[in-house]
Amino acid sequence: MELQNEITVSVRINGTQFTAAAAPEESLLEFLRTRAMVMDVKCGCNKGDCGTCTLILDGQPVKSCLVLVAQANSKEVWTVKGMALDPLMQALQESFATHGAIQCGFCTPGMLVTARSLLADCPQPDRAAIKEALSGNLCRCTGYKKIVDAVAAVAACQASARVQGGRCRVWKQQ
Amino acid sequence: METTVVDEGLTKIDACHKAQETTIIGKRRPKIDAWPKAKGTTIYADDFTMPGMLHAKVLRSKYPAAMILAIDTGKAEALPGVHAVLTCKDVPNNNLRAKFGQSTDVGSNFEGLYRVLAESKVRFMGEAVALVAAESLKIAEEALDLIKVDYEPLPGVFDPIEALKPGAYRVGESESNVVSRFKVRKGDVEAGFAAADVIVENTYRVPFGDHAYLEPESGVAWVDEDEVINIRVSTQVIEHFRTVAEVVGLPQNRIRVIGTWLGGGFGGKEDITVESFLALLTLKTGRPVKLTYTREESLLAHGKRHPYIMKYKTGATRDGRLVALEAELISDAGAYTYLTPWILLYSTVNAAGPYNIPNVKVDTVSALTNNPFTSANRGFGAVQPNVAYESQIDELARVLGMGPLTIRQKNCLRQGDSLATNFKFDRYVAVAEAAEKAWQALGPVPESQDKNIRIGHGLAVGMMSYGRLTFLHDSSRCFIKLELDGSVVVRCGVQDLGGGQASTLCEIVSEELGIPLEKIKIYIADTALTPLAGTTTATRMLYMSGNATLKTARELKQRLLTKAEAMLGARAADLQIANECIVNPVDPEQQITLKEAIDACATDGIELFYEGQFNAPFTEVPTSEIISGPTFADFTFGCHAVEVAVDVDTGAVDVRKLIACFDVGKAINVLNVEGQLEGGAIYNMGYALTEDLIVEKGYLKTPSFSEYLIATSVDVPDVETIMIESGAGLGPYGAKGVGEPADNSIAPAILNAICDAVGVRITTMPATPERVFWAMQEQQQKSRQ
Repeated sequence: MELQNEITVSVRINGTQFTAAAAPEESLLEFLRTRAMVMDVKCGCNKGDCGTCTLILDGQPVKSCLVLVAQANSKEVWTVKGMALDPLMQALQESFATHGAIQCGFCTPGMLVTARSLLADCPQPDRAAIKEALSGNLCRCTGYKKIVDAVAAVAACQASARVQGGRCRVWKQQ
Repeated sequence: METTVVDEGLTKIDACHKAQETTIIGKRRPKIDAWPKAKGTTIYADDFTMPGMLHAKVLRSKYPAAMILAIDTGKAEALPGVHAVLTCKDVPNNNLRAKFGQSTDVGSNFEGLYRVLAESKVRFMGEAVALVAAESLKIAEEALDLIKVDYEPLPGVFDPIEALKPGAYRVGESESNVVSRFKVRKGDVEAGFAAADVIVENTYRVPFGDHAYLEPESGVAWVDEDEVINIRVSTQVIEHFRTVAEVVGLPQNRIRVIGTWLGGGFGGKEDITVESFLALLTLKTGRPVKLTYTREESLLAHGKRHPYIMKYKTGATRDGRLVALEAELISDAGAYTYLTPWILLYSTVNAAGPYNIPNVKVDTVSALTNNPFTSANRGFGAVQPNVAYESQIDELARVLGMGPLTIRQKNCLRQGDSLATNFKFDRYVAVAEAAEKAWQALGPVPESQDKNIRIGHGLAVGMMSYGRLTFLHDSSRCFIKLELDGSVVVRCGVQDLGGGQASTLCEIVSEELGIPLEKIKIYIADTALTPLAGTTTATRMLYMSGNATLKTARELKQRLLTKAEAMLGARAADLQIANECIVNPVDPEQQITLKEAIDACATDGIELFYEGQFNAPFTEVPTSEIISGPTFADFTFGCHAVEVAVDVDTGAVDVRKLIACFDVGKAINVLNVEGQLEGGAIYNMGYALTEDLIVEKGYLKTPSFSEYLIATSVDVPDVETIMIESGAGLGPYGAKGVGEPADNSIAPAILNAICDAVGVRITTMPATPERVFWAMQEQQQKSRQ
């Protein structure tokens, strides 16, 4: 039997179907960055330690460096850029920017994806739950406080928005 | 030594400015780069690709000390898809004196060997031996396996104390293992100790540290149609283009470095990383080339924070007055010099801390070893002695039965006092105020709710310079141009590490010219197109480029006001510029729009652009081992106070409260300053507790984030920041730099809190659970005897 050294993978990325040849051992992260040119997913360690490559695979946040692209075949992937029109993601993006939760920004895409998953599943987490949820995403710049502040602000805002039936805005121009 | 320059004009204008209210400066405001970063649209170094781009890999030495007998690249070159395999013989200038962006010649005492690729003698595990460029990363990796290097392992030396002994193994080919020696001499320490009622002696050891920025080193290079080598790279120093030019043997104007928004730097991207490799490979192949380090490679190949062995002897009188301090510091320079002499000089000046001590004797030395090379890391030689002197003073307080705040207030430097190096502080010194505020904010020690948990409080103060060593004759430039529609273009060669470096300059322009931030576009970090602003290191960017920007903006402001004076028939001095208008506040009838003033200037041929330069104070290069006089322009002072909970069953330390109090001079953007203070504290909380880059006989034992443990969100307390705004800084609006000072003093504050909780003095960092546990065991045994 001949060994297969190339596979064809088809992934729905941010709403668009993308098909390409890949190596069998290729990670989803590598596939996205080198074949689909999806550059908002970052590579910080390539072994699951840092969380910068976090994205949504079939509804679940995963570290894409730990997923073989073959496992993502026929599945759906969402990254930060793909979620540009999602109201919860928009609220988080605005909150991160206005709370100073972004310094170098390299951890930000993964951090936002993780935070969005948390708030989608658990709309009103306390600080400890936010920290727990973000603990797989390393940040070297901020010391995490402002990131937790940013997520907590969206959670609080969501709660009041639900009551008042309005859109969640967390910041007003000074 | 003569101190010259200092912009008189700037100081005068600052005085006038104080009376006015600011509209942008001093507010909490998202920085300009926050939005693209939130949207995921920022193009970091590795996110950039080019058609026909090759992928590079670096072959690294597997031995820490060895002779290279032969390198056979034949098989690698023959591999289909490989376009270049380079070794030291392919490098036009493989050995040169390292420059670090400074434009002055500071002599061989302050510059070391920069070797592009290993030749004959390998000095550390991970040293670059050969380069490959291939059609794909996979082929490049395969090619690395095909390069055959014959090594003859050598014994090596891995301990700086051993390396300093006569007859020790020579790390380099000819040079001595001694990199630098410095001294401080003040008074008579023997007499001082004779007069002391208590003397505390300890030896402290601090480990290697990694920067652990989340973006590994990366860049893309190409040769353009004018035969200029372009290097788009994640760097803190675009001015390495001069060194790269020397490496490849081309004129400096044929190398263009474009700096990207960095995914973190912290000093680790201050030295050259991938630039020379990329330049060599793109020249050789004529194709664009990308090189990005893996995490393991990053941990192996860039400079580390220097480990130090610090012998301290500190004496005080019964009433808590410090009378003498003697310190001997030995730093491990690793395999190459890089920034070691400068860092050792920082340590020397900082060794006695921000205290008035009549008798001081400091001896520092740094030695080459076959360990990973050590260089800049946030805190640059100030943090290591800070661990020692702040532990010492805490021990003295304990022996004397004195509070940690009291002993510091009794001895700390105040305005008008001098360092042991005879540097006099003419400006406000906030040590006492910061210590008091931080300690008060910490509050009383709470009762422990668990029988195995002991709670303790710790305090430590710190000082650190902002701005480079004054003998480097540092300067920065900024160009501003008013567009006809009232928008603004700023060009400044600032590298942005994420600390808001670029945004702050826009905020200064906005404040001065009354133009909203949305109408200001800044171009940064391009050696061909932006005026050079120096390095984003040494906590200098706000101080240097902030002042250059302020100076430039005020020149243009003056031109607009002069024009408005003629148009309105008012005196320029009476006019204000705000909200895109020029107005006389006393007579609001006298008002024109900024655009009208710009139009009038353009019509009359008045230049609507200006490039201003700011120079730091200049001094001469030290020629003696004894350091004296001004080596820095100014210092930032601060304090950390922490509450820890120590588990006596496991030795685990949990930092539950963390107060950071700093005199920031003036917060240009409160959000950014808080970010620095919070991030800095957590950065070195890891240094104190978990980050241990273990190198055994030259082999790195912690090659990934599974072993080298930086703090996660669940490990950290919510840092509480207290800002003192004395206005005493040399930066714009009286600002001081905070990036590096922010990580000073947190480590000893934690060690002091551990001691307060469980009564053991940890002298070897990091204070891992094992170390704390065994220290407690040892103490129990001692008390039983």
